[in-house]
Amino acid sequence: MVVVTTERVKPRRLPGVEGVWVFIGADSVIFAILFLTFMQDRLKDPALFEASRHTLNMNLGGIDTLILLTSSWSVALAIQALKRDLIDRVPRYLFGGVLTGLMFVVSKSIEYFHKFAHGLTPGTNPFYMWYFTLTGIHLAHVLLGTSLLTFLWIRSRRGAYSRSHREVPESVASFWHLVDLLWIVLFPLLYLMKAA
Amino acid sequence: MSVWRERVTWVWLGLVVLTCVTTWGLTKEMFRPAVAVVGIFLIAAVKVRYVMLDFMELRNAPIPVRAVFEAWPFVVAAVILGFWFATPAIA
Repeated sequence: MVVVTTERVKPRRLPGVEGVWVFIGADSVIFAILFLTFMQDRLKDPALFEASRHTLNMNLGGIDTLILLTSSWSVALAIQALKRDLIDRVPRYLFGGVLTGLMFVVSKSIEYFHKFAHGLTPGTNPFYMWYFTLTGIHLAHVLLGTSLLTFLWIRSRRGAYSRSHREVPESVASFWHLVDLLWIVLFPLLYLMKAA
Repeated sequence: MSVWRERVTWVWLGLVVLTCVTTWGLTKEMFRPAVAVVGIFLIAAVKVRYVMLDFMELRNAPIPVRAVFEAWPFVVAAVILGFWFATPAIA
C-alpha cells in the first residue's frame, strides 16, 4: 500500500533580500576576526586585561543584553504579525524595537560618559582601545538599525507593508537580529571573561 | 495572534533566563574561572544559535546557508576558549 501525504512542504527561503545576507555574513566574519585579535592581544598581558575588565559595569552590560533581546523579540513579533496580515499590530511592535534601540544608545552613552569622566579613553591601555573600538563599532550598528526601524515604523503606520510586501521589513529585521547576536558574544568577551 | 502562543516569545524568555544565569550566576566567585568561562561561552553560542534559528528565521533557510550560520557561534566560542586556555594564569 502506498501512502500519499497531502501536506505541503514549506519551501526553504531566506527572509528579506539576498544582499542583506551577504552583508550579515561578511559582518559576522569581520567581527569573528576582531574577537580573535582581541584574544591574541589579551594573551600578551592577561593581568592588565583582567584589572581593566573589573572597571566595567557588569550589571549595566547585562541590562544592555536584556534590552537588545527584548528589542529583537519585538521586531520578530512585527514580522510574525506581517505574515498573518495583522497590519494594525505591526507599527506597535516596531515602535517597541525603536524604543529599546534608543534605550541601548542611552545606556551606552551613560557608560561612555562615566569612563571619560574617570579619564579612561581608548589611549589608556590596549584593553580600553579594544573596549571602545568593539563597543563603538557595535554602537554604530545599533544607531543604523534604530534609524532603519524608525523608517519602517513610520512607513508601517501608513500601511506600506503587508504579507505579500514584506521584503524590506524582513531585511531590516535580519540586520537588527545580527546587532543582537553580536552583542551576545561581545558582552561576555569584554565584561565577564575572568582570567585563569 | 496571542503573543504567548508565538514561538519567538518562549525563545525570548529562554534567552532572558540564560542571560541572567551567565551575568549574575556564573560570574560568582564560587565557580572556578575555567568552569565559569566555558559555561559562559557555551551558553552564549547556544543563545546566538536560537537568535539565528528563530528570530532570523534561519530554521527554514536553505540547508547550506543554515549550516554555515549555525557553525559561526560554535567556531567563535571554540576559538575564544582555545585562546583563553592558551593564556598564562595571572599571579
